[in-house]
Amino acid sequence: MSPPSLLSLAIDATLLNLHNISDLSFLPEHVLSDLFLRTLKAGKLTERILKIFIATEKEEVISMIQALNIQLVMTPVLPTSKLMSQVSIDKNEVDIVIAAFHSDLTSFLEEWRPIFSGFHLIVVQDPDLKEELKIPKGFDIDVYTKLDIDKLISSSNASMFSGYACRYFGYLVSKRKYIISIDDDCSPAKDNNGDVADIVIQHITNLKTPATPIFFNTLYDPYRKGSDFVRGYPFSLRSGVPCVLSCGLWLNLADYDAPTQSLKPELRNSRYVDAVLTVPKYSMMPMSGINIAFDRETVGPAIFPALKLAKEGKVRWETMEDIWCGLVVKVVCDHLQLGVKTGIPYVWRNERGSAIDSLKKEWEGVKLMEEVVPFFQTLKLSQDAVTAEACVTEMVVAIKKEKGRSHPELANAADNMVEWVKIWKEVQSRVLV
Amino acid sequence: MSVPATVVTPPLVDELDIVIPTIRNLDFLEQWRPFFQPYHLIIVQDGDPSKTIRVPEGFDYELYNRNDINRILGPKSSCISFKDSACRCFGFLVSKKKYIFTIDDDCFVAKDPSGQEINALAQHIHNLLTPATPFFFNTLYDPYREGADFVRGYPFSLREGVTTAISHGLWLNIPDYDAPTQLVKPRERNTRYVDAVMTIPKGTLFPMCGMNLGFHRELIGPAMYFGLMGDGQPIGRYDDMWAGWCAKVICDHLGLGVKTGLPYIWHSKASNPFVNLKKEYKGIYWQEDIIPFFQNVTLPKECTTPQKCYIELSKLVKEKLGPIDPYFEKLSDAMVTWIDAWNELNPSTNGATTLKVELSKPK
Repeated sequence: MSPPSLLSLAIDATLLNLHNISDLSFLPEHVLSDLFLRTLKAGKLTERILKIFIATEKEEVISMIQALNIQLVMTPVLPTSKLMSQVSIDKNEVDIVIAAFHSDLTSFLEEWRPIFSGFHLIVVQDPDLKEELKIPKGFDIDVYTKLDIDKLISSSNASMFSGYACRYFGYLVSKRKYIISIDDDCSPAKDNNGDVADIVIQHITNLKTPATPIFFNTLYDPYRKGSDFVRGYPFSLRSGVPCVLSCGLWLNLADYDAPTQSLKPELRNSRYVDAVLTVPKYSMMPMSGINIAFDRETVGPAIFPALKLAKEGKVRWETMEDIWCGLVVKVVCDHLQLGVKTGIPYVWRNERGSAIDSLKKEWEGVKLMEEVVPFFQTLKLSQDAVTAEACVTEMVVAIKKEKGRSHPELANAADNMVEWVKIWKEVQSRVLV
Repeated sequence: MSVPATVVTPPLVDELDIVIPTIRNLDFLEQWRPFFQPYHLIIVQDGDPSKTIRVPEGFDYELYNRNDINRILGPKSSCISFKDSACRCFGFLVSKKKYIFTIDDDCFVAKDPSGQEINALAQHIHNLLTPATPFFFNTLYDPYREGADFVRGYPFSLREGVTTAISHGLWLNIPDYDAPTQLVKPRERNTRYVDAVMTIPKGTLFPMCGMNLGFHRELIGPAMYFGLMGDGQPIGRYDDMWAGWCAKVICDHLGLGVKTGLPYIWHSKASNPFVNLKKEYKGIYWQEDIIPFFQNVTLPKECTTPQKCYIELSKLVKEKLGPIDPYFEKLSDAMVTWIDAWNELNPSTNGATTLKVELSKPK
């Protein structure tokens, strides 16, 4: 074997000292190419050295680099991260629906102006309210009155939209993906840092980040900034499911029923619990319509004013339509592998109405819950029900069969659900002015 | 929590034991002294038994090292893990009290947002002594807390609640993440104080962390076996997870409640994520099968005590999880050994016949 040439030894020496070299342009091309190949073979091609070779602009070396597809790493290699905490909100995707029981909405809307400004509002006037609404300027608002309801809905069904239930008309006519809805006795609340809680941002964030109903995360929402899934949380469940319903809470006057509020008239909720969490699968909960948001496109057909109490009134203590709706929606979500979240955002709920007066009315809602909850807890839907409408349709059959005879108000609710699905489909397929 | 105007006897002082596993030292107890001193401690010393672990002055305690464990349990000591905090369940076994509070030696007193020091033990006791509500979710969380109640729509027949068997506390500062998450987010700290206690609904499983835990020993003690972990075992850092899954299934079956949330402790020591990854590795894969197993377990009506439930569970573990790895067959046997040891050390007070627990479903 012949000993290495002087040139070869010189190239080897260069290779050994590459770390000290910052310019190779003086080298003849064939020497440069040889050096390049030996650099590759020795595993010494770092970013700095690659740049030095490229800087020589010698054709042979450049074509070798291209042929081997050697690239500078431009972006740092990051571990796969979950959804960023900053969720972008597209104002065109959101409708804010308010039911108006009082004609003067000025103070209410002024309070919410910083948060609602720029969003499209749908105000539905309680059909029983005779006065014209007073609405401050500067909002992108559409108002719907009894006239509009009567135009769209047959007279037999129009009663579905009276009282608190008039807001559902707003859900019906909305053309957007997300609905946020609050009662008109709510004001913006402050969080523990004294900052105003922006219910729009929080609700939409809740809806746009996954829910985790199959396994409980002890650090609550794992998608929140500063939080994550804890040890022991199965990895296959960490992508979660889409969240379609976000239930907010209330400071000051919480959503208690009349007996509780009468018994504890001084009871005010002052605890701001800084958490949002997924309601686990198969766990039922009372959905309060006071402060909610949902994905209209996915679960709109399942959010309706079906359960009307005989002595229903204009105060929250005298309604159950939202509770009923919540039970239906939860069954639908569990069946369709969708999620429901509860927790922040909070609203500040103002005093209104007398719990004791509500108590004087016959308290059928309370009695009904005893029947209704076990029914929903054991309700199973078929594999064929793959949409919210299909689920609701199957549910109607089950309600009529098991509860219809003994509880006429539940049979009525079932009929209303059927009507709602019909109206929903009709409205969605029309081109509305 | 409200503070009484005059000094009162610490609650449950004769009915609760504090169990602490340790391999290093017990210096952390100094900070807990005002809250723990009235109570009896059971120290379980892991690792080298010839090492002396100094207990700070003034505490009333019993200390067990590996030699003691072997002496007391004889051949049954095989079910108690070595070189893993799972050994803490030996403390549950030998305790004679009604309630247990267990805490790790790297957990310190946390402060609430107002700056007040949190008496974690007192909060656990409160959680255990107030009912749980597993059958229907209350959106205002714990309805028995001062300032809260059941919301509109909550069925009145369910407002009595059930007995709370487990109180699961949380941690500020170093969160209880698994190794992969620790590697990706080594600097993340839990700074969010969520001022809530809530019941984990029936039918829902959760990852139970043993760092800050209270439970009703008489009602659920036999299910709080922390498995075969650590030295000589293919898996580690899943001891509390295993106990939590078993215990939750049994609680659901027996109509008992599990709460999670307050109290917070301050977790100071971040363990080495690379070491953790080695320990957890198998667990991360196995849990994909283990979770569906627990989610689908049904226990027969005849299992009316935690011991009976646990024995039944051990059979199911052998049958359904055995095929995944021989480890589960060993674990199943260890579960049986544990119950044998439990019954031997706790003859009449936790006797299978004297315990009357309702298998209640919502009416």
